[in-house]
Amino acid sequence: MVEKEEVQRVAQLALLEIEPEQMDKFSRQFNEILEYMEEINELDLSQCEAAFHITELKNVFREDKVEPSYNRDVILKNAPDSEDGAFRVPKVIER
Amino acid sequence: MEYEAVIGLEVHIQLLTKTKIFCGCSTDFGAPPNTHVCPVCMGMPGVLPVLNKKVVEYAIKLGLALNCRINKFSRFARKNYFYPDLPKGYQISQYELPILEGGAVEIFINGGYKKIALERIHMEEDAGKTVHKPDGSYVDFNRAGVPLLEIVSKPVMHSPEEAGEYLKSLRRIVRYLGICDGNMEEGSLRCDANVSVRIKGEDKLGTKTELKNMNSFKHVEKALEYEIERQIDVLKEGGKVIQQTRLWDEKSGITKPMRSKEESFEYRYFPDPDLVPLIIDDKWIDDVRKTLPELPKEKLERFIEEYGIKPEDARVLVEERELAEYFERAAKESKEPQSVANWILSELLGYLNRDGKEIKDTLIKPEQIGKLVELVEKGIISGKIAKTVFKEMYNSGDDPEKIVKEKGLIQITDRGEIEKLVEEVLESNPKAVEQYKAGKKNTIGFFVGQIMKKTKGKANPKIVNELLVKKLEEK
Repeated sequence: MVEKEEVQRVAQLALLEIEPEQMDKFSRQFNEILEYMEEINELDLSQCEAAFHITELKNVFREDKVEPSYNRDVILKNAPDSEDGAFRVPKVIER
Repeated sequence: MEYEAVIGLEVHIQLLTKTKIFCGCSTDFGAPPNTHVCPVCMGMPGVLPVLNKKVVEYAIKLGLALNCRINKFSRFARKNYFYPDLPKGYQISQYELPILEGGAVEIFINGGYKKIALERIHMEEDAGKTVHKPDGSYVDFNRAGVPLLEIVSKPVMHSPEEAGEYLKSLRRIVRYLGICDGNMEEGSLRCDANVSVRIKGEDKLGTKTELKNMNSFKHVEKALEYEIERQIDVLKEGGKVIQQTRLWDEKSGITKPMRSKEESFEYRYFPDPDLVPLIIDDKWIDDVRKTLPELPKEKLERFIEEYGIKPEDARVLVEERELAEYFERAAKESKEPQSVANWILSELLGYLNRDGKEIKDTLIKPEQIGKLVELVEKGIISGKIAKTVFKEMYNSGDDPEKIVKEKGLIQITDRGEIEKLVEEVLESNPKAVEQYKAGKKNTIGFFVGQIMKKTKGKANPKIVNELLVKKLEEK
């Protein structure tokens, strides 16, 4: 069972604000999803290796060759705020 | 009660690849902000990162040099957190199955070698750079995606000095390998430290703090010194060390807890589905092994053995690969490698330091140092004149033979000529002769000086001395 505190924690990590009245709804939905996933545990998977990728690909590389970068104006176009070629964001303190 | 410090270091090195780790953007330092960026390193939806092969090669190189276990199978993971310098909201790193595990960095301390064991080394991408201004934080993503290796030591160091030596040794090795320029001031080599103290003899580790913001070797040592003392004081007063991240403030010389609110980071690592597994076979490792240069310690031992130079001199010479190679080329020109070492270490490095230059900047070719030493050894010029010649070589890059010839600096070794000079000097200084006769033997220095003045320093000092003593005793 996912408790409300856990929903709150997940929301915090994702930088989302959840209104108090939404809490019940979210914890119910979380639990529905987890219960559905629980069905997998009914299968015997002891002989299966965990699949991290759906393809069998391995060792895909690039050579160390410089390709042209993007035009800065295009890169900055979607930014809500920019100045002197830099993205400007609300002041953050040192991590 | 005696306390003991326990230190572990996390070092990030920026790799000297031409392009970023997952896209073809240039890694050149100092470009205008956000001119080396593309949809991949900006984390736009729908893009696919592709691993730079050179990064793997460099990691294998370091693994071989530090005797790490090279994992045949390794994987990339996403480290999730929010910060404006991280465009995707996660950093591509490695978590389980890093490329390298184990190994050690050997340091030279208190006259002996000591191995500092490593936990792991993994590949990851660098974040962007943030400049804080009054009207906001300015973010430049040119650095986002630049390849890094994070080298994590085990908590096995016990003094700031050990930590300093570890860093210097590691820096020397990555520079020899040519995988990182090791510039701490510019941030291409960065160091965080985990430090705790405990009562000596105890096995259990004390509560640690993490130190950040130390951008030179000196500051790493100073920050550790301060922090160790601070923790011991806390314990002595019956308090408890709080686990926290502290920033070194170089102006006040103390560490301060970070102001950010205390949130326990939870990175929710998971395998990056965009990047396929990395398989390293023996052939690849062998191919890289063939490209390994001679490493500092091997070079040091060989210099002592092959050239018979003083260990303390050899140690300075191998500090930089360029300097070591310079010495070796010079030494091959001469039969006196120790003299060659002396000229390089005292004169050449002296001049270069004075001018704020490096060995690669000097006009003097290494072979010319060897030739200069030979001129002195063969008695063609005196050691004193050699210094004048050296200065000229430093300024012009000319051959020592040419300078000696053009300036008429060849040593006077003709005994008859020197004998005449000795007689002249003795005759014109009867008082000094009397003093000598009366037992003031150090008057001889005065006579030598007079003769050198007459010959502009060109007279062979050995012959001058010999003849002076002879003539004075005859009087």
